Amino acid sequence: MESTRIVQALRQALIEEMDRDENIVLLGEDIGVFNGSYRVTEGLLDKYGERRVKDTPISEIAIVGAAVGAAMTGLRPVAEIQFNDFMGCAMDQICNQAAKIRLMMGGQVSVPLVIRAPYGATGRAAQHSQSLEAWFAHVPGLKVVMPSTPYDAKGLLKTAIRDNNPVVFLEHKLLYGAASPGGKAKSVVDELDQTFRPAPEGEYTIELGKGDIKRQGGDVTIVAVGYMVHRAVQAAKVLAEEGIECEILDPRTIVPLDTELILNSLKKTGRLVVVTESVGRCGFAAEVAALASEEGLFELDAPVRRVCAENSPIPFAPCCEADALPDTGKIVKAVREICGK
Amino acid sequence: MGSVDKNTALELYRTMLMIRRFEEKLFFLFSTRAMPGSMHQYNGEEAVAAGVCSCLNKSDYITSTHRGHGHCIAKGADVRNIMAEMFAKSTGCCKGMGGSMHIADFGVGMLGANGIVGGGLPHAAGAAWSSQYRGTQQVAVAFFGDGASNEGSFHESLNLAAVWKLPAIFVCENNLYGFSTYYRRSTPIENIADRAAAYGIPGIVADGMDVLAVREAAREAVDRARRGEGPTLIECKTYRYMGHSRFEKPCYRTEEEVQEWKKRDPILCFPKVLKEQFSVTEEELRQVEAYVDEKIEDAVRFAQQSPDPEPEDYKKYIFAK
Ligand SMILES: Cc1ncc(C[n+]2csc(CCOP(=O)(O)OP(=O)(O)O)c2C)c(N)n1
Ligand SMILES: [Mg+2]
Repeated sequence: MESTRIVQALRQALIEEMDRDENIVLLGEDIGVFNGSYRVTEGLLDKYGERRVKDTPISEIAIVGAAVGAAMTGLRPVAEIQFNDFMGCAMDQICNQAAKIRLMMGGQVSVPLVIRAPYGATGRAAQHSQSLEAWFAHVPGLKVVMPSTPYDAKGLLKTAIRDNNPVVFLEHKLLYGAASPGGKAKSVVDELDQTFRPAPEGEYTIELGKGDIKRQGGDVTIVAVGYMVHRAVQAAKVLAEEGIECEILDPRTIVPLDTELILNSLKKTGRLVVVTESVGRCGFAAEVAALASEEGLFELDAPVRRVCAENSPIPFAPCCEADALPDTGKIVKAVREICGK
Repeated sequence: MGSVDKNTALELYRTMLMIRRFEEKLFFLFSTRAMPGSMHQYNGEEAVAAGVCSCLNKSDYITSTHRGHGHCIAKGADVRNIMAEMFAKSTGCCKGMGGSMHIADFGVGMLGANGIVGGGLPHAAGAAWSSQYRGTQQVAVAFFGDGASNEGSFHESLNLAAVWKLPAIFVCENNLYGFSTYYRRSTPIENIADRAAAYGIPGIVADGMDVLAVREAAREAVDRARRGEGPTLIECKTYRYMGHSRFEKPCYRTEEEVQEWKKRDPILCFPKVLKEQFSVTEEELRQVEAYVDEKIEDAVRFAQQSPDPEPEDYKKYIFAK
């Protein structure tokens, strides 16, 4: 059966990979008995048993650190951190250990490890709402993946698991399309168009570092990641009615980054808007803007615009949260501005 | 019951009932979608917050958890402001910026609920250090769960507090589960209190369904802290009645287990004690209940009538001037 939801697509990837390779093991909080707080690991404890699917204590340092130790000695762990915000607790193991071990040890060892975590704001205030890809992208030695569709999620997770390096795999809560710890989770998947491409059954992989054109257009390039891909698609529909055709690029992986895709599109459009749900300052959007100015300056007909979250912790009150986050309207506005409309 | 007189006993009852009614009201309001966000409820564990906080002065400190409504109420915060925070109103104790997981009231020494498991323990150590440094005799209490006791921050905080002889009390609310995980699947010992031995401090087990027992254990620990003899770890054996968060239906425990614990309900069992040991009358009990009901209704009215924050209000709070 094809997976029409990211939660199924990820689960399918885990199953196919675990069936293929005995050394793949899963660990994390509430992933077994409870089936995972967003249900990605549903049924996997039953299927593979406690030897391969391990509920852990609430100990993020040990989750990531033990995964690193196991990865150095022959296993291929896929760790789940319940929310990407809690990766803060494990930052030493992620950034000082996992990311650096191979180089420090002169290439003697590799650390084939995936750390999966949900990100994104859904009304749960400052410590459960962040989008933290830039934290990890800033640390050499880590790869960072952010799928926006079931198709990409499955192909990328399979590749991430086969990769011989630590990969941080970030999943947007609103895109899972599944229940959450609180029961029925907020979800946007029912309102998305065909961009939210289902994942077929069976083997395929997507190379890390290969972006995807989610919409063709000649007037402006929008680079968007994760959930923001779909907000950009919505914005493009509004803008098309005004005669502005947007080309939407989904890099799919932040590290490595498909710079060629971005620069080629820029040659065509001469205009660039970058959209992330994370805060703008020192973020991925700034990186893409730097790419455009260093390598694509003479293609640019207008200033680059970033549409990102405000440089603030996410506030609880819904009206404040909405103010702090990027949305379709803000993308439309930015595009209009650089198109002189 | 030693230091407990009739008024204190009635107050303990009132605090527990206030927490219970607050949580029941919230559950109702959430189910009608009158409220944003998510929440973790404290029903069943009221004796812990009420018993411990009854030993504290207003100027003493507490740090709390994601399950913090009870701690906030027991420490004396106004239920109006707590309720308004749940509604994300500008009159909330955090101006609508924090919500359920971040309620705090610095006016009564409630230094904050916490979205990060284990996040509050080192803050309590630090507040105790500050009190020791300033010579103020204040103590600091960290509430945390059985699950949190497997975070490094638990061990680091206990060690620091012990080696600096800080006036801190670490109160573990062992409700048997960390989210879906039965504590014996994540914790190899029966009593989390035994971990105190590793830090050379007293580790006490208390019946967390018995408010007088909790109070007794806390009183000793607070006295010890104020005497400058250092921290204590208290483990309260208790139980959460509701799902881990909002509407979750627990698949990891049985309904029989829930019912078994409800037989020892800290609130329902207390009137008998109040009558027999403290000569409390039916009339006095009803007065407490009426008072609590009125307070909760008033808090809901207050919250509903309060204005939302302005969309850009949060920008005022990013940095201090
Ligand atoms: C660092 C961190 N890890 C995981 C979580 C997700 N989480 C929130 S509450 C919880 C369970 C906590 O269990 P316990 O400490 O026993 O407290 P209880 O919920 O039982 O009151 C988990 C895993 C979190 N908020 N922070
Ligand atoms: Mg617990």
